Amino acid sequence: MKAFAALLERLAFTSARNAKLQILQHYLERTPDPDRGWALAALTGELELRRVTPSLLRTLAAERVDEQLLALSYDFVGDLAETIALIWPDGAEDDPSLSDAVTLLRETGKAALPGAIAAMLDRLVPSGRLAFLKLATGNLRIGVSARMARMALAAMGTPSVPEIEEIWHGLTPPYDALFHWLGGGARPERAALAPFRPVMLATPIDLEGLQGLDPTEFVAEWKWDGIRVQAVSEGGVRRLYSRSGEDISHAFPDVIAAMDFDGTVDGELIVRRGDEVAPFGELQRRLNRRTVSKALLASHPAGLRLYDLLLWQGCDLRTEPLTQRRAVLEAAQFGEGIDLSPLLDFAGWEGLAALRANPPVAVIEGVMIKRRDSAYVSGRPRGPWFKWKRDPMVVDAVLLYAQRGHGKRSGFYSDFTFGLWDGDDLVPVGKAYFGFTDAELRELDRFVRQNTVERYGPVRALAAKLVVEVAFEGLNRSTRHRSGVAMRFPRISRIRWDKPAAEADHLSALEAML
Amino acid sequence: MRADSILFPTEAGLYCPDGGFHIDPLKPVARALITHGHSDHARFGHGAVMATAETLEIMRLRMGEGFAGTTQVAAGNMRIGGVSVGFHPAGHVLGSSQISVEVGGCRIVVSGDYARQPNPTCAAFQPVPCDVFVTEATFGLPVFRFPDPAGQVQKLLASMAEFPDRPHLVGAYALGKAQHVIALLREAGYDAPIAVHGALKTLCEYYVSRGVNLGTLVPASVDEVAAQLVIAPPPAFASPWVQRFRDPVLAFASGWMAVRARARQRGVELPLIISDHVDWPALTATLTELAPGEVWVTHGTEDGVIRWCELQQIPARPLRLVGYEDEAE
Repeated sequence: MKAFAALLERLAFTSARNAKLQILQHYLERTPDPDRGWALAALTGELELRRVTPSLLRTLAAERVDEQLLALSYDFVGDLAETIALIWPDGAEDDPSLSDAVTLLRETGKAALPGAIAAMLDRLVPSGRLAFLKLATGNLRIGVSARMARMALAAMGTPSVPEIEEIWHGLTPPYDALFHWLGGGARPERAALAPFRPVMLATPIDLEGLQGLDPTEFVAEWKWDGIRVQAVSEGGVRRLYSRSGEDISHAFPDVIAAMDFDGTVDGELIVRRGDEVAPFGELQRRLNRRTVSKALLASHPAGLRLYDLLLWQGCDLRTEPLTQRRAVLEAAQFGEGIDLSPLLDFAGWEGLAALRANPPVAVIEGVMIKRRDSAYVSGRPRGPWFKWKRDPMVVDAVLLYAQRGHGKRSGFYSDFTFGLWDGDDLVPVGKAYFGFTDAELRELDRFVRQNTVERYGPVRALAAKLVVEVAFEGLNRSTRHRSGVAMRFPRISRIRWDKPAAEADHLSALEAML
Repeated sequence: MRADSILFPTEAGLYCPDGGFHIDPLKPVARALITHGHSDHARFGHGAVMATAETLEIMRLRMGEGFAGTTQVAAGNMRIGGVSVGFHPAGHVLGSSQISVEVGGCRIVVSGDYARQPNPTCAAFQPVPCDVFVTEATFGLPVFRFPDPAGQVQKLLASMAEFPDRPHLVGAYALGKAQHVIALLREAGYDAPIAVHGALKTLCEYYVSRGVNLGTLVPASVDEVAAQLVIAPPPAFASPWVQRFRDPVLAFASGWMAVRARARQRGVELPLIISDHVDWPALTATLTELAPGEVWVTHGTEDGVIRWCELQQIPARPLRLVGYEDEAE
């Protein structure tokens, strides 16, 4: 448990992605089975354990510690699991393994649970107690995605991320077969029905880049503003995956019900109202949910708009050219909620540019350009597929607050809050962390240090005088932001040292873009 | 004689009318007895100052020659007016002392800040029997149980091995903590040069002159720092000084690092729980060992200590002195 506790602590305090990956990889390399497998499952949220309630923990702690001291301590620490981990009297520490803890939380009955938890806490050191309690309350919160876990695994041996993704969904914790494979053993049999297949991604391009390509060798489609998904229906098993292989079926029972086919298809997940595609903001309400209510299913019905397929009725078509796969797709019959993304009729790149400039509906965010003879390969190969996004929206905003960054930006003020005019006031509308060069970062840092008017802990309030051009990909209404709108993917595209703050945009300009 | 007429809190701090002196006064006074050199305890501008030779020297190094009207080195048992006064090691930083004050057979010991864990940079805490023990309560809650500092140093060394290309910047206060951390690293066998921020240089040199082994120290306020490990006072992390380091790991050595939210607020990547104060077990064990008739609590989380005393049936009260900070931790 000590190694797992140290891992959690390092991950909790490390914000840089590469450093997290390295810490995770080292842990997985140095920890024996089955502990490392259980840790992997815990980090990626694939460990089903009995959930321990805060009230049970409070009761247990009150049996060991004076209640008033417990209350004073909780007040100071601010986190119940951490308070109990720190305050629990030290017992005979014998460093039980993570497997011991997992077994306890998987197999103990309800009646025996309080006693078992107390006995486990008695065997652990404080950091181990915290790790155990976080596990027991299902509250690890350390920011490791399944994708990051697979990258750490790929760094351990020969199998690549796509190869790991291919078999991932057939694996169960503690993943003995997976680690055996990574250590040079045999590849695990693909055990799951309807597994995820690594997806093919496009690279960005612009008109200049397209000039060297022959337009007759390509097809073009609209780029829909939903999320990329892979829908798999095989032998009666249906699953919906995000493009990184997360299984999101549980949040989309309506889509699952509509997947009346046998194959693996590639498309866009959208919220649709009849023939209309709803803005991304409405799809967002369906994302990141464990379950979905009937009311939300009715008000925000989800569907698929398909553009490719990988497997069809038992045949793997990935090595066939795109035109061949498209023909199979067009010949297939799909029910309600699933349709095809149409191919665009365009003459030359200038013609495509004209289409891109005037899309028929607002939820189109550019065009996709795909080589007719392209095979379906995993990853982001340069050449066969391109995305030509519409130009970002921009506003001129005023910098209001700044915070220091982490890692490579330690010591630099690099995280900015910016605002727009609303009458005579500046209202914060968003935050941006990037978009500027290293040289510009140094200039911004100097500006922040010379123009601080107030400090709130790590945050500096700035004199309202620097205008920045903020580029963003879309806007949603938001009740959480004071301005009432939330930007997607905002970044600082230009620093307007020349522009007086009074000439920055008004909130009404942003509202007009909605 | 009643204890609370021998020594009581005033606006300027704890005052002893029979001796005409304050202990660690918060404002300039005629006569001051100083427990240790941290700036919230050792202030500028008193008329006469009595302290250990080390504390007086530290005050001179930090505030300059004219920090007080006159100074007197505390030695052995002394009489000030009708009061018997003694200085006894507190184990907090170099020169730190508890101060005992005795009038008419009633002895009060003012601990100042103190620690019980062995510290290679200063003399160990010496228990002094007393009627009233005046304790600090910086970490006066049962959640504060500090691990062995050697393990924390191992955590730092493990991170340096895991990220050999990243400089490791350890935030540690200039007086006491910085030298404590360096000495612990040397005890752990780490003998590579350690870079120290300019603000630490003078105090480190003074510690070395007093026989504390800090090994090879190199400057950290140059363009090319010749060490993977850098010790700096925490405010340096917010200054442009830190920009000379590429992708640093930020560590911070403090008892506060025992609580995650505190570590997060500071933007720390590697929290090191290394303290120069008593943690809860050491504080309560000290009260049990001394078994004073009464406990007075100066600053920190008094409520926890008062509650513990209540459970042990030891009379206890808070002094509610305002002005001591936990800054130096």
